[in-house]
Amino acid sequence: MLKSHLIAQLLKLLAAGLLLISFAMLSRRRTQRLITLYAWQGAILFLSTCLVAWDAGLTELWYSAALTLILKVVAMPWILHRLIQRLGAQWDNEPLVNIPITMLAGLVLVIFAFGLAQPITMMATTITRHTIGIALAVILLSFLMMITRRRAITQVIGFLAMENGLFFAATSATYGMPMVIELGIALDLLVAVFILGIFFFQIREQFDSLDLHHLESLRED
Amino acid sequence: MELLLVLGFPLLGTLLLALLGSRRFAAELNVTISLATLIAAALLVLRVIRHGPLLVWHEQFFVDPFNVFLVALTAFVGLTTAIFSRPYMRIEEHHGRVTPNRLRLYHSMYQLFMGAMLLALLTNNMGLLWVAMEAATLSTVLLVSLYRTRASLEAAWKYFILCGVGIAQALFGTILLYFAAEQTLGHEGMTALLWTHLNAVKAHLEPRVLGLAFVFLLVGYGTKVGLAPLHNWLPDAHAEGPTPVSAVLSGLLLNVALYAVIRCKVLVEGSIGAALPGRMLMTFGLLTAVLGAFFLWRQRDIKRLFAYSSIEHMGIVTFAFGLGGPIANFAALLHMTLHSLTKSSIFFTAGHASQAAGTQRMDGIRGLLGISPTIGWGLMLGSIAILGMPPFGVFASEFLILTTAMREHPWATPFLLIALGVAFAGIFSKVQPMVFGESDAPPLPHSPALVPVFVHLAMVLALGLYMPPALAEWYRAAARLIG
Repeated sequence: MLKSHLIAQLLKLLAAGLLLISFAMLSRRRTQRLITLYAWQGAILFLSTCLVAWDAGLTELWYSAALTLILKVVAMPWILHRLIQRLGAQWDNEPLVNIPITMLAGLVLVIFAFGLAQPITMMATTITRHTIGIALAVILLSFLMMITRRRAITQVIGFLAMENGLFFAATSATYGMPMVIELGIALDLLVAVFILGIFFFQIREQFDSLDLHHLESLRED
Repeated sequence: MELLLVLGFPLLGTLLLALLGSRRFAAELNVTISLATLIAAALLVLRVIRHGPLLVWHEQFFVDPFNVFLVALTAFVGLTTAIFSRPYMRIEEHHGRVTPNRLRLYHSMYQLFMGAMLLALLTNNMGLLWVAMEAATLSTVLLVSLYRTRASLEAAWKYFILCGVGIAQALFGTILLYFAAEQTLGHEGMTALLWTHLNAVKAHLEPRVLGLAFVFLLVGYGTKVGLAPLHNWLPDAHAEGPTPVSAVLSGLLLNVALYAVIRCKVLVEGSIGAALPGRMLMTFGLLTAVLGAFFLWRQRDIKRLFAYSSIEHMGIVTFAFGLGGPIANFAALLHMTLHSLTKSSIFFTAGHASQAAGTQRMDGIRGLLGISPTIGWGLMLGSIAILGMPPFGVFASEFLILTTAMREHPWATPFLLIALGVAFAGIFSKVQPMVFGESDAPPLPHSPALVPVFVHLAMVLALGLYMPPALAEWYRAAARLIG
């Protein structure tokens, strides 16, 4: 029982770390930093999935942890790094408006997420059930990041972080989705990043910038 | 076996056309593969009619009257759009808007898109449904940005981000659904995401979780249906992508997304009762229909005009599904079919019309009857059909929806009538000057393939005049399944 208790405590610590990283992402300007944070998020996901797998003794979860390590800690950050290097955007500073207000909005979202997750937490039987609220909060915070940022790459990192939150929600509430589905989701994600990579180059070629301010000509006239 | 073929042909097509898509005969190959898919789909339909619902491959695939009719429709419109796209894309190449390499991408992604939609329709696994919807989104992102102009890149970006966020909500909904199912069905055996299993135990699923799941699923898949207020991507993607893509987006993808919503609704209704999901669908549907109709007025681009008309019609269908009951569901399914056929035929003619006039702006398109009587009449008849004039079939389905609404939820009728009336005046006043009048535009370099337009319109007309009893029985069976 002591082992189980310790694991539960560790998982809560990791979940708190995940939430902290999401807030850090909201306030970071430099694209390079954001990618590093994204990789850290992946690492935490990997660790927590490992812990859950150890505790529950599920082989499937070990595979899914390995998938997380390969995809979210190594492959995706590497691809993103290469991309911004090729684009020469690694030292870009993004102007941010009103960090305090964004942070406050983030806090409200976290409270909202915990309220929403309450009934699910009550019913779940998993060791990770107390972290469902945090998973939902991570999803909502990434959403907030996508809304407040104007750079194409940042929006994509927000999108990927949102997927991290979803993955965390799946492991917290249900010990993960069936393997086939996880593979499918991972494949879709990888393809999405490739397509977006191509897209960045096209956008820059057309607009000479990755700032999405230029992408506002299609409106109702 | 038939099922394997239905899914196999588009996949084979994706690979083949990725290799050969830039050749001269690629368009013909595209048509051939689409034809093969349609034949396979027809065989599947026959089999389901003869032997009843089908559950194969470790129960991963499920075919019942509800989805088999959408499979047939998807394969059919897929073929006609491929036929239309052959001369259309040649003319675009002639005008220098696409290169042979882009055509390769176009053909390959076209087949991938068809394959993803068919997979979404046929799968029994709610997770796989999500994966297929996402794959359909990704393949169309590349299609929308095919011309690589500023506007098309912007449209594709908007499409990707909005639908990506939307579909992430749907994934969360799916996770919640899985969570609820796991409590009843258990983690072992991986049956907890299979729709048939969920359907069997839906009465025992935890209502609070399912209610929450439905909100996420509706918002998520609803984004792809084009439900207001998340419809912003739709007009841009339709206007800036190549016209065959607008036709399949409007005619097929919206249907498939709505299909996903309805599959979820059936499950949720079993748990929390029909009241809440029904009311949500009705509210979103009415809002979408009214908003779509009013936005029609402000459009100057011909493809945006009809994109908003699609939004309006999707709103009406969603509303009808929200009403529920055998008659409203019957009408909704019928309306889905008719809208697909009519709207794709309108996009076919609108595409050639803007090619002939050299612009998509409606004030630049004049005297279509003078340029080509078939394009002119095609657009005119298509518009009349989509506006719900008798004797076209859309009249019948809209009439059924209206009368059911009057009987069950009278408060909704004025909104529906306003939407229909505003859309009527909006579209008619804009189409009429485009069709009649004088024009000095040069003829098109390749003769357009307008047979699909008239085949579609003839089917819509035929369904308005006389519905074969077998087909009516089929629709009724599908409507019963939805409950």
